Amino acid sequence: MFLQQLINGVALGSVYALIALGYTMVYGIITLINFAHGEIFMVGAFIGLLLVSYFKVNIFLAIIGAMIFCMIMGVLIELVAYRALRKSSRLSALISAIGVSIFLSSLALMVFGADAKGFPDTAFPVQQIHIGSADISTLQLLIIGVAAFLMLGLEFIVQKTKIGKAMRATSEDYNTSALMGINVNRVISFTFALGSALAAAGGVLVGVLFNAVSFNMGLMAGLKAFAAAVLGGIGSIPGAMLGGLLLGVSEVFGVAIGYSSYRDAIAFSILVLVLLVKPTGLLGQKITKKV
Amino acid sequence: MGDILQSLVASIDPYLMQILVNVGIAIILALGLNVIVGLTGQLSLGHAAFMSIGAFTSAMITIKTGMPFSLNLAATGIVTAVVAAVIGFPILRLTGDYLAICTLGFAEIVKVFFLNFEPTNKALGLTVPSAKTVIPMPIYVWLIVVIAIVLVTFVQSSRFGRALKAIREDEIAAEAMGINTTRYKIQAFALGSFMAGVGGALYAHFLSYINPSDFGFLKSVDILSMVVLGGLGSVPGTVIGSSVLASAPEFLRFMSQYRMLVYGALLVFLMVFRPNGLLGGVNFTHLLLRAIGRKPSTNKGLKQK
Repeated sequence: MFLQQLINGVALGSVYALIALGYTMVYGIITLINFAHGEIFMVGAFIGLLLVSYFKVNIFLAIIGAMIFCMIMGVLIELVAYRALRKSSRLSALISAIGVSIFLSSLALMVFGADAKGFPDTAFPVQQIHIGSADISTLQLLIIGVAAFLMLGLEFIVQKTKIGKAMRATSEDYNTSALMGINVNRVISFTFALGSALAAAGGVLVGVLFNAVSFNMGLMAGLKAFAAAVLGGIGSIPGAMLGGLLLGVSEVFGVAIGYSSYRDAIAFSILVLVLLVKPTGLLGQKITKKV
Repeated sequence: MGDILQSLVASIDPYLMQILVNVGIAIILALGLNVIVGLTGQLSLGHAAFMSIGAFTSAMITIKTGMPFSLNLAATGIVTAVVAAVIGFPILRLTGDYLAICTLGFAEIVKVFFLNFEPTNKALGLTVPSAKTVIPMPIYVWLIVVIAIVLVTFVQSSRFGRALKAIREDEIAAEAMGINTTRYKIQAFALGSFMAGVGGALYAHFLSYINPSDFGFLKSVDILSMVVLGGLGSVPGTVIGSSVLASAPEFLRFMSQYRMLVYGALLVFLMVFRPNGLLGGVNFTHLLLRAIGRKPSTNKGLKQK
């Protein structure tokens, strides 16, 4: 029972972590809460669904297709809605992000309709594996596997490549990096591309897991992923992973012990409690205020 | 008296009346949030939670006690303000985005609480009996709007308001000047929530049906966009911003299914072209003086940012 719930929690949590990474990277570089991120996750799920059900492609190809589509979309959103606002107040950029989010979800409502759509059964043949008393489905293994692979890939890009180094420098100090000859605009576009790709992958995985893709799935998932990013310490990549897993596991355990109608409150209660004890999140750096 | 007002209200087109009341309630809510975000600079993403606390409290007061509506409003406002102060005490120690996400989380918790709260019919929502007052609801709403505008205008230029502005501009400097920042922040939070509670009470009695799901994150965002769109910290800006946004869905009704699409795009474009809000940086005293033919003074000593 415990093992079973733990695996359910880790599967859900790794999806939260994938989405949270996008929030945390964008925040780390331009201190913007990208509220449209949840909708990118939703669009990713729809693209994956289209690829699987109309073009009959393999689920892995569908994930890759959704990632590429959302990459382009993320870069375009940054270009249209955020770039002009980089110098103005952060609240204006936040409202602009909310505008993008409303735009995307109503666009999805128009194009795909109001009811939730499911993946065809052939999308991914689910089998159960018995380990002790626990039933692990191959689907959960797929989710955990894909999420782990993508996070390792992200870690590689951020730590080992030149553009990753530029990303770290920009998040350390925006102005100084620009003075050092880093093309900050390119770094920001790249960050949006990376974050959106991860969200899209998360979208397809969630779509397969719950077998439901709907126009309003982005809001709650986005809020919870954002909560996960803040819980881990916003701006910190390992923090987002940790926060996502923690929220996923605690949500599943909360539901398992009978608080299913409080499902959405569990994540936020943990968040509020942690922030009160440790105001910068679990792995966040302490910010010293200077006068 | 009541009959005359009633017939006055009846003479106005009901559809127009509906829009006017929606705009009025939006102004009250937005002015309350303006005290928190615009004046004090504390980003709150959970204003709708206080609106829902107000709505459910006043609905329950009407159902259980049948108190006169004006007393009901005052009691509701006080209850909401007390809840805000109790919550604000721990969370207002956080700053910036951490505070924002905490208010958001709190708002979600309040919503889930009401969705599971037996006395208010859980997720079915609550039917609210009509308010115990002779004054018709639309006029009541606009009376409160006028009171709210006067109140916030006075607060802005009072000692209290100047302390809040000091906190907004630089919290550390304000503290060094001897301002008790925590106390002022909690007071501002309570005042803003008081207005949200009153707005929620009016909303509940005007619509005569409330549901916890109506007060979700999107509602908070709606109110926040009104404040930011109008221009942060400006009372006329907030009034115009909330009038525009509260009536925009109605004006956009002719494009029926595209209207939320256009609304979203509108928010983005307004922000890109007017990042400080529609009226941000517009000085109303100067405009007024110029309109009556007097040269505005050139003293810009306390110009707003």
